Amino acid sequence: MQYLIIVISAILVNNIVLAQFLGICPFLGVSKNSSTAMGMAAAVAFVMTLSTIVTYLIQYYILDPLHVSYLQTISFILVIAALVQLVEIILKKVSPALYQALGVYLPLITTNCTILGVAILTITRQFNLIESVVFAIATAGGFGLALLIFANIREQMEFSNIPEGLKGTPIALITAGILAMAFMGFSGIV
Amino acid sequence: MNRMQTFLNGLMKENPIFVIMLGMCPTLGVSSNAINGIGMGLATTFVLVMSNLIVSLVAGYIPDKVRIPSYVVIIATFVTVVQLTMQAWLPSLYASLGLFIPLIVVNCIVLGRAEAFACKNGAVLSILDGLGMGFGFTFALTLLGSIRELLGTGKVFDLVIYPEQYGSLLFVLAPGAFIVLGYLIAIINRIKKT
Repeated sequence: MQYLIIVISAILVNNIVLAQFLGICPFLGVSKNSSTAMGMAAAVAFVMTLSTIVTYLIQYYILDPLHVSYLQTISFILVIAALVQLVEIILKKVSPALYQALGVYLPLITTNCTILGVAILTITRQFNLIESVVFAIATAGGFGLALLIFANIREQMEFSNIPEGLKGTPIALITAGILAMAFMGFSGIV
Repeated sequence: MNRMQTFLNGLMKENPIFVIMLGMCPTLGVSSNAINGIGMGLATTFVLVMSNLIVSLVAGYIPDKVRIPSYVVIIATFVTVVQLTMQAWLPSLYASLGLFIPLIVVNCIVLGRAEAFACKNGAVLSILDGLGMGFGFTFALTLLGSIRELLGTGKVFDLVIYPEQYGSLLFVLAPGAFIVLGYLIAIINRIKKT
């Protein structure tokens, strides 16, 4: 039951992009068509789950016993940067097409605040290891859901007549605002 | 480029939020009122200036392949300094900015300036660039925060402009952030064109 609450809360109620404002850059950047959006969401999900497990172990088995938890920010970001490199190497080998499509955004996962954000959130909320993993996967799912909905809306918007000044980022932001409003409807659930 | 130009560049022509659109997450996340906007802006400015300075000094000694991780460590060090300082002296601001303070590490502006400017320029120019970008960021955050606070609660910097019950809470909540920033950028695009 507690896992169900974590999942629903992370995907719908406290959606990482639309309610907590993390990962806005990839949200605006790779949402121009739905297949790149899917690729990005998959890459984020993979990195996020792995990094949450690793940072959890680092926090409770290295930083806490040595009383150096003020090094949290530095050590977490280094671990995440190394993991992203790893994913990049694997993806280059396994799926060159996807690697081409994600282009500049893959190295940018390092500076994607969702990854570091989730790693820190699991520590501040004092989840245990299983809860952390569930939380990471659900958050990545929420990110993917928001990204996919948004990419589809933007694909549709290609055909609509938008006032000159609003073209590009402004209309994307306003659309995201309305999407966030829709997600606020879930706020009573948990 | 002379020094004044470098400083003004970040403030106006290449404003990180309104023009090059980096660092959107803290912009939207902490701009629910003007005070938070200024606090976040100044914290980021400090990190920007210090990391630009150190990166410009050590850039020549770092091998090309490991430069990104090295810059990240430099940035993370200053973020930890800000985090501990704020926790000690400004606990209420620290509480309301919350998660976004450690997340300055992954703010694209900071790494972006280290990579695009500081590693190719001298110490003085890099400090000026950091200050310009930082103040540009602070200005954008404060403007966004003030508008949201005014529309949402009828106050700016806790100064009552009109009674609170006429405000629309929506602008303080998440959707308001997206919508206000969207219209602000649209207005700025329009001004730039004429």
